[in-house]
Amino acid sequence: MNIIIAGCGKVGLTLGEQLVAENHEVTFIDSSQEKLQKVVGMLDVQVLLGNCTVYSTLREAGIEHADLFIAVTNSDEINLLSCLIAKKAANCHTVARVRNPEYNEDIQFIKSELGLSLTINPEWASAVEIARLIQIPSAMEANSFAGNHVNMIRFVIPENSILNNMKIADIGHKYSNKILVCVIERNHEILIPSGDIILKSGDSISVIIPLASVNHICTEIGIDTKPIKNVTIAGGGTISYYLAKLLIRMNVSVKIIELDRKRCEELSSLLPKALIINGDATDSQLLAEEGVSETDAFVALTGFDEENLLLSLHTHKISKAKNIIKINRINFDEVIGELNVGSVIYPKNITTEFITQYVRAMENSMGNSVETLYKLMENKVEALEFKVKDTPGITGIQLQDLELKKNLIICCINRHEKIITPTGRDMILEGDSVIVVTTHLGLKNLCDILI
Amino acid sequence: MNYSIIRNILGHVIRFEGIFMTIPILIAFLYREPSGMYFALCALGCILAGTLMVRKEVCNKSFFAKEGFVSVSLCWIVMSLIGALPFILSGAIPSFTDALFEIVSGFTTTGASILRDVESLPKCILFWRSFSHWIGGMGVLVFILAVLPLSGNSQIYLISAESPGPRFGKLVPKLQKTAFVLYAIYFGMTVIEVLLLLLGGMSLFDSLCTSFGTAGTGGFGIYNDSAGSYSPYLQNVITVFMVMFGVNFNFYFLILIRQFRNAFKMEEVRWYLIIFALATILITANLTITYGDLGYHLHHTAFQVASIMTTTGFSTVNFNDWPNFARTIMILLMFIGACAGSTGGGIKVSRFLIYLKTLRKELSVMIHPRSVKIIQSDGKAIEHETVRSVNIFLIAYILIYAISVLLVSFDNFDMVTNFTAIAATINNIGPGLELVGPASNFSIFSDFSKYVLVFDMLAGRLEIFPMLILFAPGTWKK
Repeated sequence: MNIIIAGCGKVGLTLGEQLVAENHEVTFIDSSQEKLQKVVGMLDVQVLLGNCTVYSTLREAGIEHADLFIAVTNSDEINLLSCLIAKKAANCHTVARVRNPEYNEDIQFIKSELGLSLTINPEWASAVEIARLIQIPSAMEANSFAGNHVNMIRFVIPENSILNNMKIADIGHKYSNKILVCVIERNHEILIPSGDIILKSGDSISVIIPLASVNHICTEIGIDTKPIKNVTIAGGGTISYYLAKLLIRMNVSVKIIELDRKRCEELSSLLPKALIINGDATDSQLLAEEGVSETDAFVALTGFDEENLLLSLHTHKISKAKNIIKINRINFDEVIGELNVGSVIYPKNITTEFITQYVRAMENSMGNSVETLYKLMENKVEALEFKVKDTPGITGIQLQDLELKKNLIICCINRHEKIITPTGRDMILEGDSVIVVTTHLGLKNLCDILI
Repeated sequence: MNYSIIRNILGHVIRFEGIFMTIPILIAFLYREPSGMYFALCALGCILAGTLMVRKEVCNKSFFAKEGFVSVSLCWIVMSLIGALPFILSGAIPSFTDALFEIVSGFTTTGASILRDVESLPKCILFWRSFSHWIGGMGVLVFILAVLPLSGNSQIYLISAESPGPRFGKLVPKLQKTAFVLYAIYFGMTVIEVLLLLLGGMSLFDSLCTSFGTAGTGGFGIYNDSAGSYSPYLQNVITVFMVMFGVNFNFYFLILIRQFRNAFKMEEVRWYLIIFALATILITANLTITYGDLGYHLHHTAFQVASIMTTTGFSTVNFNDWPNFARTIMILLMFIGACAGSTGGGIKVSRFLIYLKTLRKELSVMIHPRSVKIIQSDGKAIEHETVRSVNIFLIAYILIYAISVLLVSFDNFDMVTNFTAIAATINNIGPGLELVGPASNFSIFSDFSKYVLVFDMLAGRLEIFPMLILFAPGTWKK
């Protein structure tokens, strides 16, 4: 497909990387020569210097032949305006990043009136993900499918857990097929498990567990699942605001530490129920005074990745709180994974996942479209949710008779809101949605699961 | 200080007072009372003098907060001085001090009286007393703004100085339309009450006077036992309307423009009703446990609580005879008062909400020294300026209160009498406890004390600052 991306900041770059890897023709528009030069050095793309809200610039970028226009500059207004112009100029699909909380309130109106195909608010999406992690305290990572009906959570198997030395096939028996292990990470190696793999303590596993029994099962496995009642957030940015709003709705008490006095006042009037502290979150004295050692969860959302890392290491040392940090910029995923920093949220990845999932769905709007896409384990694994249409060769055939790719697992079939953990005798039917976990990146169609 | 524009505004007020005085003339004519003559005299004089003052050209149209405060307080003083004239001339209240006290009590919607026997007064005098409540309730300047296009764009200073509450909120973009809407709601509700009272078999004259007293939350009775001799139906109608006139008028405006959700989200109105219900329940329980008869006490408690909380001051029973717990609750209610933006007096529920929120904030700052908290009401931030002025209001209020108690104590009455007499006047209620209880009146005080009380009534009605500014030396300096 021909794709134009306006703005090559962090998100634009990550997105470009992903789309180029999936064999799309990408053109970048940006007003900074410096940034464009960097892109040219990194990716096989076309670049154009100019203002993306100017019609002639868009035409020069080839808007007439573009299938998709994605606006991810750092200004909402520019994104919306350029999408509007692109839509009028070429009637292509348009995607805009909109992050102002005030626009977020009536995003549906903006979307339909401006004819946008998709809007993405990375801050909001990140906050939702963090809130989910707080809701399931045992999870290091939590992703939801099928409209929140199915949850895939990731945790590390503790020592002395009953899972230690257990065969995957036995887990199914023990929990009457309620939980399913989808991915195992052992010594930086990714395993898509088959029935006879034996779990070890220290393995990081992603499992599908029904939300209702998460806490119950986790306790049995030996993971601490004390519900989180109070949360300390370092940094008072937009994510913090969204997160606090979500948490207050969940009856969790929220404390936000923010350096800028004016922002504190703003937050206080936006979030009357939250406790807003004006101070430097990296001041250990202040953290002690505000009782960080007793907080249930600590979320580091300051504007500096390094600060977030340090803060999280610090809280890990002085408290038992669940740690969640945001990483915006730095690219040391593997190193960060080794540190004891708890869960890590990458807003730019969330944006990329969201848009990629849309792009893949667009590509085969005829076939079985991708509904949801998550990238797991430092982007080495993809979990996809497909909407199933009548596909000869797949639908109506027992799973044990399908010749599936290696390192691919069908985790879940969602049939009319009923969640089925599939066994060899189950079948995929038309109208289902299925969740597939695999190390084969870039699946676009359900047919791709076959060899 | 721009004297010429203040003179112009005064002129308007005097002229309108003259026009208002023509209504008692009509009453006097109907009941064939000679006292009507004096009203005619006063009305004529007012209209002439007022027209002359308005006619004289305004040389300087600059008008600011200072002029707003000064003209509002001067208007109220002049209006009271003129309003007292018919009482003196007709011989109904021969003493100047008493007449002034009576009319100030009327205009400020206090309802405290120095008369021992009101039933013997001519009807037109009774009507003028009650009508003064109606004029003073919503404010005479608000009325003038509603009907006259005054020159200049600074009338917001006038209306905000005269309207009760920590801050004045426009209902519609145009000030004149806002004033008009306020008076339309006021007038409409008064008419409904008159109709409901007529339905209960009250005479037209009585129901007009009673409705004026309720609407302005004034409380001058036209019988010696206030509202005690009315039927339970009439008393219930009065209870309901007293409560309704104590509600912030923005509430009715929101209802009228069908923003029901916003109307019921008004924190102040909710708390006002909660306090009313709570006080009624507590006092009813106290009385029922002491004397029995739940139904009887519920009926009368609701009336008394509504009357005191909205600062109206009607009474059906003598709450001075109640047990001490009930009496103490009544005293507390006197200070809380009604909602801002209503016709009631007192410190106002919205101010108390701000006090409590400030207190909570202060405590939170003690626990978390670096926490930042913005005080909100109805989901909107209250700016620091408002919080500060609300806090200063309380200090000024307490100061005036203390000095007034001290000055009145020369008369050598007991502490409860002195304390509640000031409470009843500065909060624009009417009856206090002991010697100034519902069954008694204020005639016992010396002339000096009466002037103190007159000042308190005006200060209470105009919410202190406009009266204090008259005494600030900076006001009159060039």
